[in-house]
Amino acid sequence: MTAFLVRRILGAVVVMWAVATLVFFMLRILPGDPLSAMLFDSGDPAMADVLRAKYGLDQPLYVQYLKWFGLLLQGDFGASIYGSRAPVSQIVLEAMPRTLSLAFLSFVIAVSIAVPAGLLSALRRGSATDHTVTVVAFLGLSMPDFWLAILLIIVFAANLQWLPAIGYAPMSDGLWAWLSHLILPAIAAGTAFSAVIARMIRSSMLEVMSADYIRTAEAKGLRRTRMVLVHAFPNALIPVITVMGIAFGLLMAGAVVVENVFSIKGLGRVLIEGILNRDYPVVQGAILAISLIFVAANLIVDLLYGVVDPRIRFQ
Amino acid sequence: MTLATLDPEIRSAEGEAAAEEALAAARASRRGRWRRALMRDWKAMFGFCFLGILTLAALFAPWIAPHDPNDMMFMMLDGPSWRHPLGVDDLGRDLLSRLIHGARVSLFVGVTTVAAALVLGVGMGIAAGWYGGWIDAITMRYIDLQWAFPNIIIAVYLVAVFGTGLANVIVAVSLAFLDDFARIARGMTLTVKHQQYVDAARVTGASDWRIMTRHILPNITAPIIVQATVSVSYAILAEAVLSFLGLGVSADTPTWGLILSESRSFISRAWWLGVFPGLFIMLTVLSINFLGDALRDVLDVREARDGV
Repeated sequence: MTAFLVRRILGAVVVMWAVATLVFFMLRILPGDPLSAMLFDSGDPAMADVLRAKYGLDQPLYVQYLKWFGLLLQGDFGASIYGSRAPVSQIVLEAMPRTLSLAFLSFVIAVSIAVPAGLLSALRRGSATDHTVTVVAFLGLSMPDFWLAILLIIVFAANLQWLPAIGYAPMSDGLWAWLSHLILPAIAAGTAFSAVIARMIRSSMLEVMSADYIRTAEAKGLRRTRMVLVHAFPNALIPVITVMGIAFGLLMAGAVVVENVFSIKGLGRVLIEGILNRDYPVVQGAILAISLIFVAANLIVDLLYGVVDPRIRFQ
Repeated sequence: MTLATLDPEIRSAEGEAAAEEALAAARASRRGRWRRALMRDWKAMFGFCFLGILTLAALFAPWIAPHDPNDMMFMMLDGPSWRHPLGVDDLGRDLLSRLIHGARVSLFVGVTTVAAALVLGVGMGIAAGWYGGWIDAITMRYIDLQWAFPNIIIAVYLVAVFGTGLANVIVAVSLAFLDDFARIARGMTLTVKHQQYVDAARVTGASDWRIMTRHILPNITAPIIVQATVSVSYAILAEAVLSFLGLGVSADTPTWGLILSESRSFISRAWWLGVFPGLFIMLTVLSINFLGDALRDVLDVREARDGV
């Protein structure tokens, strides 16, 4: 188990290093350096040279890379070159809890809808329930998350006025304040994820329910609820967990986009604003932070998979 | 009848006449199978019809659209009416006309990006699978890296690097969908690589290029076609997301994502601006997914990446 753990963690570290390196080089290989953005293309050349020296942009690329990487390891992402000039690490640390809150709530809502829906449609295969779940899942997968976000705002914020349409409140303002701002974005971000998981649970349950050990359980007269929940469902979850990493990606992508609809200044909003302002340090920081969440989530899924299915651990 | 029967090498071995006959029969039965699959499956039928109408509308947009998409009239935020079936936006522009013109961008970007991703990705995948060794190792490392992130996020990252605009959006979305094709092509190449007909081709002295393009490629098309179909819908979605976020084609080309994004300030007064553009996106994506599902059944393919 330890070897498995170490291998997976090392793998995740390598992916993060590769992302950081790719981001560094891609932003620098392309024509137009960050200085032209800083000087709004109108600064005089002498000033540009001074700034270039100040930021070390006159040095060879590999020296810049090593320096940048050294600072990165110390948690120094540089400072925003637009507006506030705040340190990027501070911007990212402020945004991170918002995105994580959104992703967490989204996950909880999505799973609590997907599990019963998937189970019901597998157990009542061919019934009206099954067809309804299938169609709704198809719709959920085809519905752009930002559109769903707008529909939710039209119905629940603009017309019914049950929930706020924009903004974010931290947990310290009270649980309801936090929750009420996040419910609509969480539903919008998690719908596609929920659809994928429900469909996965359905097909996986159908496969498990025709296994020999379920026939045995049925033959010895086990109660149906016990058979489904104790014997079938845990085994059906194994393939579901394998797609969980990819599906979680959907949810995170949803969170990144939906934040922009609800004006929640999470990592997604920070990233898009950074891109629109050509604020490269912020863009880099946001990309690295979002990537870190992905890599961490994939790592957790991998480890979970090792826990649920011992065969993986001993390969 | 498998696609392998259409392999030119096998055809000449069987004798031209017999092969032609078998080929004709195969074509006929396959055409019949398509039609039957379409008729039996209402979802596929719906997808086929919707996409057909949308494509025609997009191709002939200047003649079909009831108004000029950028023409401003003195009737801001008017709801749906006979003159303006889907209503009018805040600048007095006809929404239906704007959506019909938006279809051009969506379909164009969807098809071109997937075509580019397919050519590059399949090329990479076949080369990696066929040559093995370090080519395979490098390709796989890269694909694994990209695989860890959803396509839409990759597209946003790439636009962050390249900048906005039609060409950059197409490049970004193409690259974002590359890994799906490379992965499938590599996997399929590994399975057909040791088939007898490949060995036979090698023995007759065929070059690597000939083997890859004439013997491997034709035999791995089924899962690639299914993946391409599914990918078009997600590429359309990716373009809509980029436009919606302000990272899209341009601020004065009407695209579905941009129209939806512009409507945000008015949705409490003008629901049609928030509802119809999204409906167009969803019905398009849904139609393509329905078609993809039908294709999967007809071509008997299991592997295709859903949703990401």
